[in-house]
Amino acid sequence: MHGLEFDIAHLLAGSLVLVSFMMIYQDRIYALLNTFALQAVLLALAVAWQAWIQEAHHLYASAALALVFKGVIVPWALHRIVQRLGIHREVETVAGVVPTMLAGMGLVALSILLMLQLTAAAENPLAREDLAFALSVILLGMLMMVTRRNAVTQVVGFMSLENGLILAAAGAQGMPLVVEISVAFSVLIAMIVVGVFLFRIRERFDSVDLESLDEFRGERR
Amino acid sequence: MIAAAAGIALCLLALSVAATAMRGLTAASAAVYAASAVFCLALALVGIWTLATQADASAMTVPVGLPWLGAHLRLDALSAVFLVILGTGGVSASVFAIGYGRHEHEPHRVLPFFPGFLAAMTLVLLADDAFTFLVSWEVMSLLSWALVLTHHRDEATRTAGYLYLVMAGFGTMVLLLAFGLMAGAEGGYDFAAIRAVTRSPGLAALVLALMMVGAGSKAGLMPLHVWLPVAHPAAPSHVSALMSGVMTKVALYGFVRVAFDLVGPVPWWMSVPMIVIGAVTAVMGILFANVDGDGKRVLAYSTIENIGVIFAAFGLSLAFRANGMGPLAALALTAGLVHAVNHMLFKSLLFMVAGAVLNATGRRDLDGLGGLIHRMPKTAFLALVGATAIAALPPLNGFVSEWLLFQAVLQSPQLPQPGLQFLVPAAGALLALAAALAAACFVRFYGVIFLGRPRSDVARNAADSDGWSLAAMGGLALLCVLAGIVPGFLIDLVAPAVELAVGARVPMQAGNSWFTVVPVAEVRSSYSGFLVMTFIAISGGASAWLVHRLASRRLRRAPAWDCGFPNADPVTQYGGGSFAQPIRRVMAPVLAARETVTIPPPGDMAAARHRARTEDLAWTRIYLPLVTAVGFVARRFNALQFLTIRRYLGLVFGSLILLLTGLTIWN
Repeated sequence: MHGLEFDIAHLLAGSLVLVSFMMIYQDRIYALLNTFALQAVLLALAVAWQAWIQEAHHLYASAALALVFKGVIVPWALHRIVQRLGIHREVETVAGVVPTMLAGMGLVALSILLMLQLTAAAENPLAREDLAFALSVILLGMLMMVTRRNAVTQVVGFMSLENGLILAAAGAQGMPLVVEISVAFSVLIAMIVVGVFLFRIRERFDSVDLESLDEFRGERR
Repeated sequence: MIAAAAGIALCLLALSVAATAMRGLTAASAAVYAASAVFCLALALVGIWTLATQADASAMTVPVGLPWLGAHLRLDALSAVFLVILGTGGVSASVFAIGYGRHEHEPHRVLPFFPGFLAAMTLVLLADDAFTFLVSWEVMSLLSWALVLTHHRDEATRTAGYLYLVMAGFGTMVLLLAFGLMAGAEGGYDFAAIRAVTRSPGLAALVLALMMVGAGSKAGLMPLHVWLPVAHPAAPSHVSALMSGVMTKVALYGFVRVAFDLVGPVPWWMSVPMIVIGAVTAVMGILFANVDGDGKRVLAYSTIENIGVIFAAFGLSLAFRANGMGPLAALALTAGLVHAVNHMLFKSLLFMVAGAVLNATGRRDLDGLGGLIHRMPKTAFLALVGATAIAALPPLNGFVSEWLLFQAVLQSPQLPQPGLQFLVPAAGALLALAAALAAACFVRFYGVIFLGRPRSDVARNAADSDGWSLAAMGGLALLCVLAGIVPGFLIDLVAPAVELAVGARVPMQAGNSWFTVVPVAEVRSSYSGFLVMTFIAISGGASAWLVHRLASRRLRRAPAWDCGFPNADPVTQYGGGSFAQPIRRVMAPVLAARETVTIPPPGDMAAARHRARTEDLAWTRIYLPLVTAVGFVARRFNALQFLTIRRYLGLVFGSLILLLTGLTIWN
């Protein structure tokens, strides 16, 4: 393992976490979608770099998949949905930015502490760091899903969570391509389903705010 | 031999399926029961053959169940003893049902489950890996539950069924824990693998405690007995006979298999809770039997008593074995196993009697019956044999096993631990009390149902049972007498199983003169049911001859002495409640007995009322608070059903973070 290769992999994985943080404080939907696209591109780069240093050629396919689906198709589709729903002006956050960022930092600290401890026996430092970053991205994605109330932003949170999964899969040597392809397709299908549902929700409630769903069920919060 | 036994189990299962197909046939009932009887007879013969020839254990693996594991089956002497119990009980219940089943309004609520229930019990006895054992056990529970629910239109039956289902599920879960502990981290669920592991005494004791809870809840140990007196009587009578006579024994088999075979050496102190719980169960069970007013429930409570006796015998055997006293351990275990066989015989017989009475009169409550000895003389005679046997009177079989147990109790001063030296005689006193109360209980049972004058019209017009039912009861009664006068055969029959469990056996009984039983040594004690029988026959015959010779031969019927009270209404007879009164009063604290007397004011013509109530303290002190607590927690958690999507996500997220943090700290 050369120092430079390690550093670049580290840089790419670290910037994924950084972009996750950026997503947490975006309160405009278009900006959020653009940040998400940026994260997907970074993911594609990170995976491609892994393919290069591991000499695992199938990972190039994974990188291409990430770039095409998550970097282009999904953000574009979500853009269109937002446009057609006419919610691009909406601003929403549940908790304040500062507490959320602090919680996110806590999560990153937790995942790094945990992963570095658990994988202390592994001799490959790259895989260890990679797993720690991947877990951070996953937890940040979940945090985003918990703190947002708009359906579109929740979908974005879910996709970002899934980016973390792919990062982990790329870092761990020997993960077959089939898994990634199936994950990618399931996410795509999930997005289509969610999109359809969004329109249905919108038709019925004139809003994609999930709280109107809860109100419809007649519940207090 | 294992192939034969497994084949019979398969045939019984197939019979279950065939019974479902025979919906429309009128003869379906007789055909299914007749086939079950044949298969059960074959099972009993397989068991007897295995024991009599002292055949080596035979095993086979059937490629069903978990992949790569299959179902391991094995037949050794211990399984064979219980296979004999299952076969004999199954034959008699099936033959009885050929006649009894005709009165069933909806026979197809019973027919498909009955052979399957027998098959599941067979598979429990044959299982040689934990998976097969637990699956068969659960199937046995579920099918017996379906049988309990036969008369499901009755509200009480549904409650009983629900209670049974909950307790059975709990029991199986505890068994799962016990087997999981025995298999350990390596996960060898094969019995051979479990046997090979050596365990620390603490772990063995823990496994045994779990088995006491798991198997004990099925067998009816206090305080896990609450379902038994409601579920056993709720089923049709031949099923009650099977559940009380056979299924409780299958539960005991599970315990014996683990305690004496699989778990390895057990510390001596583990026998203490077994002996105490066994003795307390015996006394409490028979106390409740003494005060209950429902004939079938009396029998079910008496089952609890007998299970307590057998369990105490097993505990005693473990205490002797832990101290390396092989012959005495063998004596106690022999007493337990022989009592298990005997209890199957007389409890099945008595449940069938209750069924015959139920069929003839439609009533189960003692105070609605009476005088049936004139209407149902054959049933009454067979019931007398059963009642004498269960009351442990010589020369019948109940006496033999209780006597063997007390022989073992009397050897307890040889135990090195002072605690056990005190405990065992005290438990022995409790068991003696239970035996005496059992006699009182069955005087009451027999006297109120069969003697005196009828207390209702249905009892006045009852007719005796059909031939099949009488044949089944007669067969059991004959076995009770035979096992009583030549008990040596029975003791020799279970000897291979005892040898397998404790590595020693009681002396061979076959060569003794006059069919005498010599459990330890001739100088200590011996008993000959045959001689007692001969003495009773000679002295009884001579007295009868003398009375009839010297006094008048004429049969006279005259009004009973009426205390100068001219109203000779049958209700004024000594009834079930009157028999129970002394015991209810003396034992009022443990029975939570309350009596209230309401006397109307002078001048008022309303009837005075006397109301006596008892309640099961285990139910009111343990189960009801538990139910309340569960209900409270459930209502609190009900709010979880109505959260917002974000809160659900938050819950998932929060628990994930909690687990991850826990993992970090733990590392």
